[in-house]
Amino acid sequence: MVRFAPLLPEIILSTAGIVLMMVAAFTGRRGSAAVSWLAVLSLVGATAALVGAPSHAGPIFDGLVSADLFASFGKAIIFPAAAVAIIAAHGWFERGTEHASEYAVLILFSAVGMSVMVSATSLISLYVGLELQSLAAYVLASYRRTDERSAEAGLKYFVLGALASGILLYGISLLYGFAGTANFSGLAATFARGAPSLGLLFGLVFVLAGLAFKISAVPFHMWTPDVYEGAPTPVTAFFASAPKAAAVLLATRVCIEALGPATDAWRQIVICAALASIFLGAVAAYGQTNIKRLLAYSSINNVGFALVGLAAAGPQGTSSVLFYMAVYVVMTLGAFLCVLWMRDEKGRPVESIASLSGLAQTRPAFAAAFAMFMFSLAGIPPLFGFWPKLLVFNAAVASGYVALAVAAILGTVIGAYYYLRIIKVMYMDEPAAPYGRAREPLQGLLILLAAIVISPLGYLLIGPLGSLTDRAAGSLF
Amino acid sequence: MTGVPWLSLLIVVPLLAGIICLFVKDNGARWTALIATLIDFALSIYLWTQYDPDGAQWQFVEKMPFGGLVNWALGIDGIALLLIVLTAFLMPICIGASWRSIEKRVPEYMAYFLLMEALIVGSFAAQDLLLFYIFFEGGLIPMYLIIGVWGGAERIKASYKFFLYTLLGSVLMLIAMLYMASTAHTTSIPALMAYDFPVDAQRLLFLAFLASFAVKLPMWPVHTWLPDAHVQAPTAGSVILAGVLLKLGGYGFIRFSLPMFPEGSAEFIPLMFVLSGVAAIYTSLVALVQKDMKKLIAYSSVAHMAFVTFGLFAMNRQGIEGAMLVMLGHGLVSGALFLCVGVVYDRLHTRDIDRYGGLSNNMPGYALLFMVFTMASIGLPGTSNFPGEFLSMVGTYRASSWAAVAACFSTILAAAYMLYLYWRICFGTSRNKDAAAMQDLSAREWWLLAPIVAGVFWMGIYPESFLKPMRNDIGRVLTRMERVAPAGDSHLTVPTMANGMHQEHGATH
Repeated sequence: MVRFAPLLPEIILSTAGIVLMMVAAFTGRRGSAAVSWLAVLSLVGATAALVGAPSHAGPIFDGLVSADLFASFGKAIIFPAAAVAIIAAHGWFERGTEHASEYAVLILFSAVGMSVMVSATSLISLYVGLELQSLAAYVLASYRRTDERSAEAGLKYFVLGALASGILLYGISLLYGFAGTANFSGLAATFARGAPSLGLLFGLVFVLAGLAFKISAVPFHMWTPDVYEGAPTPVTAFFASAPKAAAVLLATRVCIEALGPATDAWRQIVICAALASIFLGAVAAYGQTNIKRLLAYSSINNVGFALVGLAAAGPQGTSSVLFYMAVYVVMTLGAFLCVLWMRDEKGRPVESIASLSGLAQTRPAFAAAFAMFMFSLAGIPPLFGFWPKLLVFNAAVASGYVALAVAAILGTVIGAYYYLRIIKVMYMDEPAAPYGRAREPLQGLLILLAAIVISPLGYLLIGPLGSLTDRAAGSLF
Repeated sequence: MTGVPWLSLLIVVPLLAGIICLFVKDNGARWTALIATLIDFALSIYLWTQYDPDGAQWQFVEKMPFGGLVNWALGIDGIALLLIVLTAFLMPICIGASWRSIEKRVPEYMAYFLLMEALIVGSFAAQDLLLFYIFFEGGLIPMYLIIGVWGGAERIKASYKFFLYTLLGSVLMLIAMLYMASTAHTTSIPALMAYDFPVDAQRLLFLAFLASFAVKLPMWPVHTWLPDAHVQAPTAGSVILAGVLLKLGGYGFIRFSLPMFPEGSAEFIPLMFVLSGVAAIYTSLVALVQKDMKKLIAYSSVAHMAFVTFGLFAMNRQGIEGAMLVMLGHGLVSGALFLCVGVVYDRLHTRDIDRYGGLSNNMPGYALLFMVFTMASIGLPGTSNFPGEFLSMVGTYRASSWAAVAACFSTILAAAYMLYLYWRICFGTSRNKDAAAMQDLSAREWWLLAPIVAGVFWMGIYPESFLKPMRNDIGRVLTRMERVAPAGDSHLTVPTMANGMHQEHGATH
């Protein structure tokens, strides 16, 4: 029993997922509200279960997974984000023909997969976690199956995701074949033995390529705008937050824990991916007219900055990545909750940026919150989104990569343009047809909470969150 | 930290008032903003009276750690004190200037102005490198919205240009700051002012900070955002932009570049002098041919800022004191000139110089005040810009006589373009019926301009009140610069009487 104690969050979520699936199957549409709330409750329970000693048990199951502070930190981001994604869908699917209840169940399974991802310390459990998350995600992307765009998004995601899984698996097989072990500690020992063989290097490159797909880093980002645009908005909100954070944390753990001694081998890959993501994410967003596509490029851009922290490596770099993802998830969820509220008089979703025109005059509070998320994503002080960017740059400068930091920060200026464009549309243009009122007090509360966190008040979090990320990063070294 | 946290109060009052503004109606917002800025002005005057010029370098110090890289550390020396007083002085005037001319979305407008005041005061009072950056950069957001929402026809382009230009300059400074923090293991500005960075690092650090401050000041050739921003911004926006925001650039030089990288600064003296010289002459000539009143004054700002860089990089007492006085004087005068443009713009809704003329006939009061500010802008003795420009020129002459020649040309050209402007607007006969029918200054406008007139004369006649608080602080900067200050090419010797007579005699024949 003691052996299972550290896995309490996963056990709660898996059990809840299986039970709720049955409930959903037998109650149909009537039970959808109950299923959603129970799913949120189980996620809250799983988050609560993270607190306490069992989550610091170290390697378990012969080193398949590790219950360390790094994993707990990841789960503390993922579970609440998943819960928000369920709340975000409230009132979204009821209008269509879909069964709303299965949505929550799929999110639960995805959350289990993500929690395995962040705690995996073996290539096998890594793959299992990743696939569990991805399979749930493919279904979620095409959840509105009567909608062509949604079906297309799901198919595209599935085909490209399968390709990426294949690449990743091939890399895993190479690493396993040449190192003789799939454990991260064993891999680290092999890499520490001297210059890695060609086979190991190939394995490393393929594994990183597969992971780059999951975090949608350039040049493996092509699926992101299409999937983000086509998927139902609550699903997009979910994709942009929890799975992205989980994949970045997974990549961080692989790079630091398994490939740590080969840092010089992967650092150049990470630097290239980081700069490419920052610049492409910034430039490609210019011509977009769809807010979801634009936010897709914004997420590509932001992942680039997180990778700058990863390229710095070391405890400071790792800590900055954790800090970055924590704040990023809050900003992104806030922004997507705002997108969810973009509905016309009849309650149909609107996605064009032009429809935001003059929002500051028709809905000032909504516009102010949206503007704060945009300035924060752009990393303009005094909003809190500035701070994680500063931390990754600081990590890069402290480890001697000043040129990387300079290049990346110039990317923020280019990126600032398209965030400013949204603010310009909302504040400086003449009002367009007003949106219908969203009657979702809970979502409103969540937007308010996110806005408070990323407001200058967020700087009060620097101390506690900073020491937490430092300790979480420390558990990898 | 003991007693009342005056500086925090100075930041929090406008911030809270700004939030209140968002929840009240138009008139409530106007009054809230006016009262809050007046409270802030009163607070700043109180600080001025309590400031001890012979006391510690940093006074009213507060410190509260956030737990990370950044600290809530505030404190001011004489230089920061006077710039804060200038900010707090201009703010109520800006609110008054917007009283009638801003009619749409008033609460928002007032909220942005108050937010900006908080951020500007914060940047002058910050004693932590990153806290300074947060305030400094944060000021972009309200200004972007003020230009973009309440600006003229080309406001969108101007607001983008302002934001991106300034951001691009600043981000390099951020990387430099991070490097400094990781090398010196502190982000405290007073500690860094005494820290000696390696000389080759200083060069790059200086250039990174220059990128930011040169854009902000602005210096030629990165000044092009300024005319656009000024022309498009509403009157009060221009006042605050010219009066205070530009001063952040000069303040940055004297607070960061000079004391933190003395060797780096000294190496780039020739570059700074050349850029200032070009700015002094070229932008003055550009000002001469402008047809738009605001654009003319905007270019004159760039030319005047050349006195600041000349004075600062002369690296002697006269130069730096002159630079500080020019900043303060220009803050008053350029603000007042933009207000004067605003007065006639509110009546005729054009900034085209050709549409006006002969205003001294129908607006004698206006013509009088405009004359005062025109003369002050030229640097007539007895007005605020004279002591500053004179000291700055003396300092420059001691460092490099060629630079001083360029600076002198700037004064001559300033007289040319300002008098030409005044002549076209106020003298002659009116060319248009509607211009001839304009009413003279209203009581509100008198109330706005009269305090500035008082300030202009005070600073011109008794500059000692302003020099006294700064004297010791400038001395401390000079101590840092001592080892690198340029020797200068003008070796003045006092001739003996006979010798002097003889030379004079020889020269006349």
